[in-house]
Amino acid sequence: MTATSNILPLFVGISLAGAFLTSIVGKKLKWLPDLMGSVTTFILLGLSLIAVRIVATQGVLVYSVGSWKLPIGIALVLDGLTVFMLITVNLMAFFIAIYSINYMERFTSKWKFYTLFLLMVAGMNGVVITGDMFNLFVFLEIASVASYALVAFGTERHELEAAFKYTVMSTVGSLFILLGIVFLYSYTSTLNMADMANILAQKSASNIIIMVSVLFIMGFGLKAALVPFHAWLPDAHPSAPAPISAMLSGILIKSLGVYTLCRVFYNIIGINSSLSLILMVLGTLSMVIGVFLAIGQWDFKRLLAYHSISQIGYVILGIGLGTPLGMIGGLFHLFNHSVFKSLLFLNSGAVEYATGTRDLQKMGGLMTKMPITGTTSLVASMSIAGIPPFNGFWSKLIIIIACVQANRLGYAFWAVLASILTLASFMKVMKYAFFGKLREKWNKVEEVPVYMKLAMVILALICVFGGVLLIYNINEFFLKPASDVLLEGTKYADIIFKGIQ
Amino acid sequence: MIIYLLCLILFCCGLYCILRKRNIIKIILGIIIAEYAVNLFFILVAYRMEGRSPILSSEVEIVNMVDPLPQALVLTAIVIGLATTALLVALAMRIYEKYKTFDITKIKELRG
Repeated sequence: MTATSNILPLFVGISLAGAFLTSIVGKKLKWLPDLMGSVTTFILLGLSLIAVRIVATQGVLVYSVGSWKLPIGIALVLDGLTVFMLITVNLMAFFIAIYSINYMERFTSKWKFYTLFLLMVAGMNGVVITGDMFNLFVFLEIASVASYALVAFGTERHELEAAFKYTVMSTVGSLFILLGIVFLYSYTSTLNMADMANILAQKSASNIIIMVSVLFIMGFGLKAALVPFHAWLPDAHPSAPAPISAMLSGILIKSLGVYTLCRVFYNIIGINSSLSLILMVLGTLSMVIGVFLAIGQWDFKRLLAYHSISQIGYVILGIGLGTPLGMIGGLFHLFNHSVFKSLLFLNSGAVEYATGTRDLQKMGGLMTKMPITGTTSLVASMSIAGIPPFNGFWSKLIIIIACVQANRLGYAFWAVLASILTLASFMKVMKYAFFGKLREKWNKVEEVPVYMKLAMVILALICVFGGVLLIYNINEFFLKPASDVLLEGTKYADIIFKGIQ
Repeated sequence: MIIYLLCLILFCCGLYCILRKRNIIKIILGIIIAEYAVNLFFILVAYRMEGRSPILSSEVEIVNMVDPLPQALVLTAIVIGLATTALLVALAMRIYEKYKTFDITKIKELRG
């Protein structure tokens, strides 16, 4: 434990402090919640950029909460994968906070929104940074409970129905996760992830591990909305206010579902061929079924929600492949998807803000009236459909090449097919919403306010230049350390214990 | 062994309630039952027959102690469960205000 490792608790602490301050002072001071939201997430973004540098120079950092000796105390761990997720989470949270300044004017009690928003960020940062199994469950629940409340934020008929459905499904998922943790604890008598991995590696394979794997696939799969467990997502994500849809689709399902799946299966239990097959099959199913369900939708946000299921499938497929290239592709697609899906949800929010409708059939020709929303949406659509040179193209290309390299031609075929169908469904969005003839009743529509434009434009720029991350020098700091952590597998434990001394 | 099986049956009761019941309140009760089954199981896993409380003192020799960690963890899990339940009940109240019913077969406007 070194002096620099004191940075670790800040990721949770700052966001919790922001939420607390907003909740006690925000009701009186009307200007404060906006400022708190943006400033807190900006500080978090800065800290995560510093963390990249620290990990590059000093390697893995471990912090023990309350100075209890590890593995007894709770550990916070900063390694390549954690840093990667921290940047993804906090980058999106910052731009979405900026966007909310204008968008949330339509709702009363903005301070409640920002309190829940920051709580959710705290939960996600906690899930990513913790090195303790039960601690992971607690942070996962903090983020989930905040997100249940945020889905119901509008308190209209549909919001309430969606939030109820989401809460019930997600709570069942959490119960499975808790049950899995109980089994793991009773088998290894420790909660520290690294210690757990060590003990599991010493013991021979047993049926308990299979049971735990099944429970975790159900639990985390529910949180990540993989296909047999996806029913809540298309209701919950469109019902939330647009910034929250962007948070949920952009980062919540990834940090609560995909990251935890990777961490548990690669670093603690240890991947084997049957687990990796299950992941790949689930990924491919999500990819194909998600896109087929998406193509017939007329509600802008519902269509985007189905595409989230499909794109998460790509991420899981890439990571499930288990080859170095597949890992890089999967993680890169995770980052890219969080950028362009957040951007698309923000676009749909902007359209709703200006016109008041989400039905694609009622829109048309909005490009002339809302040029910035239209252009950024075009960029994001081309990214998600995988058209060069946007970022989505590179990550999909890497995943498909990795499939071919690993001699899994069937999976590569489905990945290409899903990509073509994605393109078709986004051509529909563009044609009906932004191109074509302007309808009479949209003549008075105006472009959205400045902060919303700012957030969308910057995210669109990240989409355009996202491919840069693959250049050797940058890749070395960002993607490669993350995929290395997964590739090391259960050697993770040794690295953590080296970090403690 | 039989006590673990009873725990499993309790959990299955909760799941059955969540999956099959049409009334929102009964679904919430199902969640509570399933949650308690998991908590109970966690406590039982750490319990020892005739075990003593895990307090360190100089007179008593350290044998046959109950594992205290799961008890602390279950306390946390109960608090989390409380938060979820409170939120669910609040949602149920709001749903009743809007739809005038607790029957989920009549609360089905989201489709597709």
